[in-house]
Parts: sequence; C-alpha cells; structure tokens
Amino acid sequence: MNRPGWRQMGLWAGLASAAGLVAAAAFRPGHATAVPGGPVGDLLEDEPASRGPLRSKPDPNHLGHRAGAGNRQHNTEHGERGTASKRIIAGYGFWIFLLSDIIMFAAFFAAYAVLSGETAGGPAGKDLFDLKVTAVETGCLLLSSFACGVASIGAQTRRGAWFYGGMAATLVLGTVFLGLEVWEFAGLVARDAGPGRSAFLSAFFALVGCHGLHVGVGLLWLTTMMAQVWAKGYRPDILRRMLCFSLFWHALDIIWVAVFTIVYLMGSGA
Amino acid sequence: MSGTNLSGDRHGADTAPGDARADGHDDDEGTGGLQGYLVGFGLAVLLTGMSFMVAGTSLVWAPSIPVALFVLAIAQMGVHLVFFLHITTGPDGINNVMALAFGVLIVLLLIGGSLWIMGHLNHNMVPMDRIMQMQR
Amino acid sequence: MLGKLTWAAIPLDRPIVMVASGTVGLVLASVVGLIIWKGWAPYLWREWITSVDHKRIGVMYCLLALVMLLRGFTDALMMRSQQALALHSGGFLPPEHYNQVFSAHGTMMIFFVSMPFVVGLMNFAVPLQLGVRDVAFPTLNSVSFWLTATGALLVNISLLVGEFARTGWLPYPPLSELTYSPGVGMDYYLWALQIAGVGTLLSGVNLVTTILKVHAPGMTYLRMPMFCWTSLASNLLIVAAFPILTATFSMLLLDRYLGFHFFTNEAGGNAMMFMNLIWAWGHPEVYILILPVFGVFSEVISTFSRKPLFGYRSMVTATMVICVLAFSVWLHHFFTMGAGGDVNAIFGIASMVIAVPTGVKVFNWLFTMYGGRIVFNTPLLWAVGFMVTFVIGGMTGVLLAVPPADFVLHNSLFLVAHFHNVVIGGVLFGAFAGYTYWFPKAFGFKLHEGLGRKAFWLWISGFYVAFMPLYVLGLQGMTRRMQHYDVAGWRPWLLVAGIGALLILAGILTQIAQLVVSIRNREELRDLTGDPWNGRSLEWATASPPPAYNFAVLPNVEGEDAYWTVKEAARARHALREEPEYVAIEVPRNSPTGVICAFFATMIGFALIWHIWWMAGVGLLGAWATFVVFAWRDRTEYEIPAEEVARMDRANRGERTTALARAQAVP
Repeated sequence: MNRPGWRQMGLWAGLASAAGLVAAAAFRPGHATAVPGGPVGDLLEDEPASRGPLRSKPDPNHLGHRAGAGNRQHNTEHGERGTASKRIIAGYGFWIFLLSDIIMFAAFFAAYAVLSGETAGGPAGKDLFDLKVTAVETGCLLLSSFACGVASIGAQTRRGAWFYGGMAATLVLGTVFLGLEVWEFAGLVARDAGPGRSAFLSAFFALVGCHGLHVGVGLLWLTTMMAQVWAKGYRPDILRRMLCFSLFWHALDIIWVAVFTIVYLMGSGA
Repeated sequence: MSGTNLSGDRHGADTAPGDARADGHDDDEGTGGLQGYLVGFGLAVLLTGMSFMVAGTSLVWAPSIPVALFVLAIAQMGVHLVFFLHITTGPDGINNVMALAFGVLIVLLLIGGSLWIMGHLNHNMVPMDRIMQMQR
Repeated sequence: MLGKLTWAAIPLDRPIVMVASGTVGLVLASVVGLIIWKGWAPYLWREWITSVDHKRIGVMYCLLALVMLLRGFTDALMMRSQQALALHSGGFLPPEHYNQVFSAHGTMMIFFVSMPFVVGLMNFAVPLQLGVRDVAFPTLNSVSFWLTATGALLVNISLLVGEFARTGWLPYPPLSELTYSPGVGMDYYLWALQIAGVGTLLSGVNLVTTILKVHAPGMTYLRMPMFCWTSLASNLLIVAAFPILTATFSMLLLDRYLGFHFFTNEAGGNAMMFMNLIWAWGHPEVYILILPVFGVFSEVISTFSRKPLFGYRSMVTATMVICVLAFSVWLHHFFTMGAGGDVNAIFGIASMVIAVPTGVKVFNWLFTMYGGRIVFNTPLLWAVGFMVTFVIGGMTGVLLAVPPADFVLHNSLFLVAHFHNVVIGGVLFGAFAGYTYWFPKAFGFKLHEGLGRKAFWLWISGFYVAFMPLYVLGLQGMTRRMQHYDVAGWRPWLLVAGIGALLILAGILTQIAQLVVSIRNREELRDLTGDPWNGRSLEWATASPPPAYNFAVLPNVEGEDAYWTVKEAARARHALREEPEYVAIEVPRNSPTGVICAFFATMIGFALIWHIWWMAGVGLLGAWATFVVFAWRDRTEYEIPAEEVARMDRANRGERTTALARAQAVP
C-alpha cells in the first residue's frame, strides 16, 4: 500500500479505537459498588476509612483494633487494602495469565503479518479461503460464548438446567468449530497447501492451529468442569474454576475476532 | 491460604474479572444477568455480519476496507470485554483495566515494532536471487 | 521403539565429556546415597519436595541456581583455558565441543542460574515483606519450581546422552534449523527452555497477583518495601515477555519437527524475524533479572545505613518507567542486521533514555548512604561493589547504544565484557547480597562474616581481572566465541583474563567453605530474635526461620518501613506490643503435584527430543491425569491449632523481650 494509505489507516484506526474505548466505558451496565459492612455484630469488618490504592495517611479508625483495647492486634485480613477474597485472587490471576496468552498470540500474529506475503509461488489466502466456512465457524464460536455465559449464570445461581444446558451447548458448538477447522486444514493439506509449502502457510497453520489447540484444551477443561460439578456440586472452589473457564472461553472468542478479521477477511479480499 | 475468609469481598473495592459485581452475582436478580449477555451477543452478531459484508462488497472504497475491518474488529472486542467479561472502567475494575491496558500496550509495541523493523529489514535486503548469484 | 535414541548417543570417545559426566554422576550418587543412608528421604519428601510453602520453594530455587552456577562456571573455566592456549593451535577443545561449551555456559547462566536465583529471592521475601502467609497460588508455585528444575535436568542429561546445542545461547536460524543442526542438541535446548519457560511464566502470574491482591491490612501500594515494587515490575515483564519466547521457540520447533518455513532459507522463510522476536523477549529478560536485584540493594543499603530509603517515590517511578521502557529498546541487539538509519536511531536513543531511571536509582542509593550510620558487612560490601561495577557496565552499554559504535563492537569481546559487567556486577552481586542478607531468616543462623568478606574481595578482583582485558581485546578487534586465533598480541590479555577466572574460582570455593563453616558453627551464629540486622521491613518481625504461616496475626501496617515504626514504638515503651489473640490458622496442604508434573514434563521433553512418540503421548496423558487428580482434591488446607500458634509466637516474643531489655540496659 502506498504511504498516504498507511497514514490514513493509522488515523482511522486510532480514532476508531478511541471511540471504541469511550463506548466501552459508557456502556458499563449499571451496578452497585460493593456494599461494605457485614452482618450485624461482625466486629472484624470495619468500613474502610479510605479507598483507592494511593492513600498513605495513618488509619484514623485504628483498623483491626477493638475500641479501647489499646494496641491489641486482631486477626484481620480485610479492611484498607487487606487481602482480597479468593474469588478475586483466582480471577485476577487467571486474567493476568490470559493477557500473557494474548501476548503469545500477538507474537504469532506478528509472524503472520510479516510472512503473509511470502507465498513462495504457491497459493495465497484468496485462493484458499472459503468465507462461508469461516462464517459458520465464527457463528459457532460466538454462539458458544453466549452459551458459556448462560452456563456461568447457571453456576452462580445454582440452576442446573442453565448450567448443564449451557455447558453442553458450548461443548457441541466448540466441537463443531474444531471439526470444521480440522476439515479445512485437511483440505488444504490435500491440495498441496500444507504448512510446509510456504512461509505464509506456515504462519497461517501455526496461528489458526494455535487457536484451535486452545479451543481443544478448553473443551477438555469444559468436560472436566461438568464432571466436577456433577460429582461435587457448586462448591466455592469449583465456582472459582468456572469463573476462570468462562474467562478463557470468552478470551478465545476475542482472539478469533482478530483471526477471522486479519487472516480470513483481509487475506481473502485485499 | 489465609485465616478465616469471612464475608467474601464486600469490603473491598475490586471485582474479579468476569464478575459483573463484587460478590460474583451478575445484575438483574431475576434472570441473573442474561440481559447483558443477550445485548452483547446481538451486538457481536451485528458487527460480525458487517465485517463479512464489508469484506465482500464493492460498495466501500477498496483501500479503506482494511481500516473498516480493523475498526469493526476492535469494536467487537470491546463488546466482548464489556458484555461477556465485564471488564469496565468503574472504580471496582481499575486493576483489571490496568492489566488489560498493559497487555494491549505490549501487543501494540510487539506487532507494530515488528512490522516496522521487518519492513525496513526487508526493504534493505538484497533479493534472494542476487544473493544466490553472489554465492557462485 | 526408542526413536533416534541408541547407545551411540553416549559419547564414549570424548574423554572430557565422560570425565565430566562421571564427576556429576559421582556427586549425585554420593548425595543420594547419603540421604538414603541417613534416612532423610521421608523428611525431604514431606518438608521440601512436596512443599508448597513459598519459603521452602524460594530456598530450593536458590539451591538450584547455586548448583547450576558450578556447572556454568566450569564451562567458563574451560573457555578461558581454551582461549589462553589456542594461539596458532587447536587448544584442547575441538570446535564442535567448544561450541557446545559456550552455548551451555550462556544457557545455564541465564536460564538456570540468574533466573532461579532472582525468582527464588522474590519467592522467599515478597510474601514476608507484604505481611501475608503465602503467595496467591501456592501449589502453582511448586509446579513452577519443578518445571524449572526439569529444564535444568534436561540440559544436564544432554551432557551424557547426546549433545547440546552449538548455536550459542540464543539459537539463530538458519544455523539452528534442521538443515544445519540436524542433531539432538538443538532440541535439548528448545524443549528444556520451553518447559522452564512455562514454569517461569506461571511464577510471574503468581507473584503479580500476590503483590497486587494479597497483603496485610494497611499495606497500600506506597507503603510496600522497594523490593516488592521491583519484584512487581520484574514479574510484569515476565508475564509480558515470556510468551514471546514460547511463541518464537514454538515456531522454531515447528520448523524443525513439522517442516514449517518460519525461519528457513527456502519457501519464503525469514531468519531475521527470529532475531527480532527473540530479542523482543531477550531485552525485557535482562530487566527481569536486574530489577529484583535493584530491590535487594535498596533493602540492603537502607538497612545497613540505618536510614529510610531516600526518594522512595522517585524510586517507584523509576522502576515502573524501566518496566515500560524495557519493551522499547530491543533492536539494539541487532543494529548491524540492516534495519537502516531511521530504525537504528530511534532504538539507539531509546536505549540511552533507559539509562536515566537507573541513574536516578543509583543517586538515591548514594543519598541513602550519605548521612547514615553505615555498617560495612558483607551484604553492604556487595552493594557498594555493585554500584561501582554496574555503573561501569552501564556506561559501556550506553556506548554500545550508539549505532555507529556498535557497528564496530557488535559481537566483539567488548560486548561480552559489557554484558558480563552488568550481569555479574549487577545480578550476581545482588543475588549474593540477597543470599547473605536473607540467609539468617531462612535458616536461623547467619553466614560466617569473615569468609563472606574474603569471598567478596576474591569475586570482585577476579571479575575485574577477568573482564577488563576483554574490553581491550574487543577494541583490538577480537570477536566472541573464538575457538582459536592467530593474533599474538591478544594472548597476554587472554592469559590475564584466565587468571581472573581463577580468582573467581577461589571466590566460589570460599563461598562453599563459608557455607560449610557456617553450618558447623551454627550455634555461635544463631539468630535468636529473627531480626539479626536491625531491619526495617516486615520479614524481620517473624522468627528465624518463620513458621509455616509466617505471621501469627497479620500485621496492621501504618507506614513505610512498617517494622521500623513498630520497633521504635516498642523501644519508646520499653515493651513489646501486647500479646495478640491467637486463633487457629489454615495452611495449604503439601502436594506432590509439582514434582509429578515435572516427572511427566521430563518424560515428554526427553521423548520429543529423541522422537519417541509413544513416550511423549504417555507423558502428556500423565500430565493431564495429574492435573485432574489435583483438581479433584477435597481437602486443600490443614489447620494449625491456636495453642500451637501461641506456643511458637510466645517463644519468639520471649527472645525479643530479652533482646530489648539487653539493648536498653546498655547506657
């Protein structure tokens, strides 16, 4: 593409991203902030005197000390920036792991972007991609994300029908997705468009294959989650794992948005 | 790993990523948060459909198609983040957003930097057949 | 049946390798034999191997690092002797062997000495400094350690069975592709590092979550000790950079195993992209190594100057700036690859800019020492040695950041001297300072001070004697990794460098002696109160070694230097705080998940290296089964009754009361 094209693209992408972020902020579904103050008589839960991470004033409420007991210490683990709950810890830790996974995909995307033109005289994207199949795959994954959402609601509200139904739907849709992808790969290999044909195809197979591998691991995880809930019920630690699983599954759909846009749509057209 | 974990996180100012509210329950107690997922799903379908349409149509000026696809993709990622992952910029989600921002920064530096560097390297690189000629 | 593995894999015709393997085998056998004979095996299994306690895991990381230091240093001695001898001659190491020696040296020193040492110190100290009981995910912590150990094991196996990579510590294609490295050496390298890389990434996730979400009440961000801030920055970099390593090595593995064309010469591959991606990891990696060490020095300098750290907020800012800028300079590792003036200029300037926050830190350390009442013991000696040495190394780095200068000096011994200057003078000196500083906390007795000082002086003089000549040689045009050379003028410098290596050897032997003597004399060196250095941060508020749950009652933090304020109040009152209300404490159960995962990981790695596909499958199945078994656990914690907690805490309080009285009795 010529230089003015790149500049224009950069400008629009920047504006669009800014708009997207503003929209994301604005679309925040209304929710109450966390309500402090536990059940009556819970002496160990004081309302935190100051919120936010950067306050360093001494705590005027003498958090953790019973009034009038001098400097007696109590076994408090909450209050002004105390330890977070296990659910937050698990969710946040998994979120950090997901971000690292996204960075790994970014490395594969970078390789794909660099190598996308290196077809070594062989077939390019527009010769190989069938957008109808891609559309079906995208639909499956998107629907499965929705189904996973239903399943997480089911887990949180202990509704078995929603949970098992949602998880089963996610399993079926995910398996269809994976099946279509394997079928697509097999077809490409049969047409001498396998990963060893050119650098472009290597990058394609690695990127899309890596996503598919993650989906496969996700499906294994899914079946394990269903088995766990079946065997042990809606225990807090199992609910935490369900939270992590749903984060994983939704993140995979986010990555698929990037894949189908950059690899399939841009690869088949331009 | 700590002592008695009392009342969950009601004291705290944070939500876990993936939870719409601090105590892990989604909104609208009735349907348990389904509305959010429905809206998100609808928007995502819309954006996906638009992407596929834009890619195949001749109605849009051709050189701007990649830009349009980019914009639609980022918008859809935003929809997923907000409606499915509940990553929002409220005071209880700041840590989650900061982590995301850090990740996005690294992704941009990596992909952008690599494209810039490799582009320059490729531009300066002698073509393969010239190199093979020099070998003989 | 066994893939490519045959008896020919054992290099019976190479005496040096056989002697080395024999020595390693002998040492291993004697250690294992001693353990079994003395009946320590059940204790070791219960208390260390299956432990999920961050303190134990931290100690094991550091132990792994120290053992691998011996192996990496042996390679260094071999390289120095080869280069001292090999003027107009082949020396005693043939090229294929020499190439493996320098590759193994670099790989081991970066991945299995520096990383584990730094991660071990962070694992040990961060939860204690934050005033909490453990990291966010204790069993994951154990898994991370054992996966790192697996990587080290695979590299060590390559000494006897097969060979190691000959590509240098970063395997550039096309040399590392199947065409030019058909042997298993390259695969040993790749699988060992992939596995260890997963371990490190998980450890990074663990520590980021711990620092941001798990701390004592009142411990706001700006009250955290400096070591926690630098650990946060380092672990954020781990989380951001190690995925790039995993992806890039995966691409190389796909090229080698499945015929992909990422970096090949044919079919459109682009070898330069490997350099780009691997250094996008590689530069943040060196900041991952150095940032925690900066934190160690902040702790050591403020403790032994008996002053709070100068300019805490500017230190925090500088740390986070380094964290972000670390991702903006990676091209300076391949200025000469031909990206052109524009690209080189931008990255060159960025590389110079990143020196500024480090300078801020150095000044803050100096200002901390100024006006303090300094105690010149071993940790502080390492700190002062670091400041001088690291500044010199940093300056040569800024010199190399100028692209035209780099065109002359790239891959010369000047470069080698620079990075050893900063890694030894920075990372290793800091690791030793941290090791000496926290040793009493971990084991309950101090290290012998006199031998510590001797070791320091031997190390620092050895370092200068070994590496200053390399700067000269680099300027004279000697490139790195030379198996032989024919410029007579270089030889005197290389001989001097060899002497330096021997001085460092003396330093290492002194450190080993220090450990032995300290253990023998541990009663005289005993740390009774848990606060041997009159420390300022919360880890010194516990007994030495701390009980499994660290703190009987989580401390309520009211300011920076959290423990110092508590002590000052106690001194003013002439009494400790009132005894707290003791409650039962739940502690995570030990778990063999980590070591079993590592067993299967070793199986998978070894099988993939030798193309034993069925074994790889078994390993994967085993790893999955381990995961499921762990997930099926019902009881994840056990309870320590309140009386037990009370007993242990009262014992420590008794010692502290005695110490307080003694201190106040002195007029």
